[in-house]
Amino acid sequence: MIEYETHDYDVIVVGAGGAGIRAAIEARSRGLKTALVCKSLFGKAHTVMAEGGVAAALGNVYPEDNWKVHFRDTMRGGKMLNNWRMAQLHAQEAPDRVRELEEWGALFDRTKDGLMLQRDFGGHRYARLAHVGDRTGLEIIRTLQQKAVANGIEVFMEIKALRLLRDSDGVVSGLVGYWRPTGEFVVFKAKAVVMATGGVGKSWLYTSNSWESTGDGQAMALWAGADLIDMECVQFHPTGMVWPLSVRGILVTEGVRGDGGVLRNAEGRRFMFDYIPPMFAAETADSEEEADKWYSDHTAGRRPPELLPRDEVARSINSEVKAGRGSPHGGVLLDIASRLPAADIRRRLPSMYHQFRELAGVDITAEAMEVGPTCHYIMGGVRVDAESAATTAPGLFAAGEVAGGMHGSNRLGGNSLSDLLVFGHRAGIGAADFASGRSGDVSLDQKEIAEVIDDATAPFGRENGENPYELHRELQESMQSLVGIIRTGSELDEALESLERLEERAGAVSLSGGRPYNPGWNLTTDLPSMLTVSRCTAQGAINRKESRGGHTRDDYPKPDPEMGKVNFVQRIPQGAPRSGGVCGTPAIRSITIGSEPILAMPDELQQLFEEAT
Amino acid sequence: MAEELTRAAVSGEVTMRVWRGDDGGGEFADYVLPAQEGEVVLDVVHRIQATQAPDLACRWNCKAGKCGSCSAEINGVPSLMCMTRMDSLPAGETVTVAPMRAFPVLRDLVTDVSFNYEVAKRIPPFQPREKTEDEVTVGGYRMQQMDVERSQEFRKCIECYLCQDVCHVIRDHEENKTSFAGPRFFARSAELEMHPLDVNDRRELLRRDQGLGKCNITKCCTEVCPENIKITDNAIIPLKERVVDASYDPVAWLGRKLRNRSKKSAAEAAATSPAEGPAAVQGDDPAHGIPGPPSRWVDGDDWVQDTDAPDAGTDPHTVGAPEGAGE
Repeated sequence: MIEYETHDYDVIVVGAGGAGIRAAIEARSRGLKTALVCKSLFGKAHTVMAEGGVAAALGNVYPEDNWKVHFRDTMRGGKMLNNWRMAQLHAQEAPDRVRELEEWGALFDRTKDGLMLQRDFGGHRYARLAHVGDRTGLEIIRTLQQKAVANGIEVFMEIKALRLLRDSDGVVSGLVGYWRPTGEFVVFKAKAVVMATGGVGKSWLYTSNSWESTGDGQAMALWAGADLIDMECVQFHPTGMVWPLSVRGILVTEGVRGDGGVLRNAEGRRFMFDYIPPMFAAETADSEEEADKWYSDHTAGRRPPELLPRDEVARSINSEVKAGRGSPHGGVLLDIASRLPAADIRRRLPSMYHQFRELAGVDITAEAMEVGPTCHYIMGGVRVDAESAATTAPGLFAAGEVAGGMHGSNRLGGNSLSDLLVFGHRAGIGAADFASGRSGDVSLDQKEIAEVIDDATAPFGRENGENPYELHRELQESMQSLVGIIRTGSELDEALESLERLEERAGAVSLSGGRPYNPGWNLTTDLPSMLTVSRCTAQGAINRKESRGGHTRDDYPKPDPEMGKVNFVQRIPQGAPRSGGVCGTPAIRSITIGSEPILAMPDELQQLFEEAT
Repeated sequence: MAEELTRAAVSGEVTMRVWRGDDGGGEFADYVLPAQEGEVVLDVVHRIQATQAPDLACRWNCKAGKCGSCSAEINGVPSLMCMTRMDSLPAGETVTVAPMRAFPVLRDLVTDVSFNYEVAKRIPPFQPREKTEDEVTVGGYRMQQMDVERSQEFRKCIECYLCQDVCHVIRDHEENKTSFAGPRFFARSAELEMHPLDVNDRRELLRRDQGLGKCNITKCCTEVCPENIKITDNAIIPLKERVVDASYDPVAWLGRKLRNRSKKSAAEAAATSPAEGPAAVQGDDPAHGIPGPPSRWVDGDDWVQDTDAPDAGTDPHTVGAPEGAGE
């Protein structure tokens, strides 16, 4: 039996992106012994990649903006599949959460009156995104990180969490993982656990996500008895870099379009005018002339179609490329050079300027960028209670991208940073309340811990087995080509078969070297979560026989009003057998799926939509 | 699909000389791979992992120059692996990749950077002034863009610690780490000192405990900064001036006491003290974004202090590194 160290806390937060740190700050401020456990160094989380801004109806630029408009935009962007209560709380609380960052030292760009400046983004009726150039995520993570340091929150960094642990009553009571630098195992006991591990993008080949986004939180929650919802709803951001291939997928901020950038096909046509969906026709400009007036005065014309929600723009780009009107490397052209003076571009979009010049040799003040869709965000995730962020597994809370419901079937840009602040805060309160109300010692199942450790170390004892890098590559290729932006029934079935073969092979990985900082081992222990969430996405996509938001079925190209009334819920039934061989993964193949009615929206909120149409 | 997934190969091969080892020592290992178009050094390291050395340790996250995880020394130059294009390096020559020298090696290219996290804890945190009545009404602080830009420059920092790595005060002087915060944290202090809302005073701490005086403004930190932050000109020199004022100028000292330490806005500062005004803190010109080669360091000027050379075969920076990279 391998030894391990044990730590005892009231609240453990897994993941140190925006949601995780915000939750930890809240739990700590309520006097609870709180620690953050994260897979990378503190301050490197994927939140730093968020560029354009944080959406909040502050009304600094357009005083007519308010939470009701933000709520309505969010619900329509999500094609009404959202958990309405989450969307409401989000719209109501985002302004306070953003202003609070300023009290903690954040320095957002300013209006002439000295207030936080707000910029336009797709799907938001008014300029609503508080921002710092195009590095807003970095500003938010640094502000929260420094606040956490000031509050004395303990941070356990470079720990890979393997599995949640439950006590004999089935209440989540801690987790087991290992220190990546040393390979030594570690157990955390806790009265409540907050899952804030982010997304799943690393299962796709072309993604804006960092290596950490392997679906650990969704998978661990599922294995511990929590429900997942709408895992088929994955957002492909319309503008990722496409060339050179080594940078394919890296994000190009929507701020480029918010600041006036337009999309053109190989023929030079602003093709988005050809793809305006009926739902947004009334508020979208139908000529270039009208659209161009809008940038300086939102009352002079309707919104340009480049600023439709992301799902619409991504699908349109996909169609243009398929029709043979793409750019030389299979994308389309994003042009800001002809729209803004060079100095303005460098000032407003410094990271984009730098990124294209360094990585692609393109000067965006003089040339168009080649862009195409990239796997960006999962709207589905762990099912939570809107008020407390509690999951359906007692003792477990979830916030940020790992949680589902807030964004429905498609997320608006800028709503992710505000989501993680609002629900990070709420999850911190929820977990603190739960931990405070829990009496007695937390007891853990030693046999389960031993089992997880045995599974995790098994690949070192094998010879001539599978190469984890090769398995990962095959998983990415399979998900990219079969569960990508446009899906079809036969390919999804094929994806499930391919995933089953990969699950078998993942149980036969062999490793060289030791446990200290061994990336081959790290990847091997990430594979179970990637395989689990990939299966959930494929299974959800098979069941949702319609096209809605980020989920598009070639064989069911229209939204189905009946399907719009349900969430697809996935879980592992109690007592399901463990899968053989795959390290640490209980019962991937026992995942069940069913549909449940979405929450009914109260009449007074329903009215907001009737007034608008 | 399959065709699309095949990366375009460019002619020839690349040879990578990568440090393999841990705190007990190690050596460089050579890996030969087919060259591919448009790659950065981190891509090639990933290909080594996937095909030849699955346990080769390197830190990385975003692969887009935004997280500051993949710091290393490439051909002797402290750099981000994700932002160093292979075609920017001399064609046909072996590329040497070593871990940052200023920090203990954990394994291969991964170093123990905990020193930085410890220093961060010792900096007095942000402390905002009270809101005015007007600000309470509108719900947020009022600050002018001109005033926030000074600190915004330092808040671009991605904490890659390349400036700490290159700084000669700690690069070869482990013993200085207890009394020197390093360029990253001088920039952090400058950010707070110039923050329009902050009322904490860190000057005595900078002088007494953080070794600001040890910096002899060789600007190496500025040269390696991937965010092009003018650390020396805009952070360290103004801090030195403020510290000198605080310690040795009785009139300024009394004035601050009387004014209750409230900070100047950029406009006020410009009017009263040219050295601290906007002219001194601007200069982040994106048009000149690419830092030149850190010539002082590569050329081994005399300020690079030599220490007792570790045993051969234990230091990634003295074994097999190309000419000019070691000392």
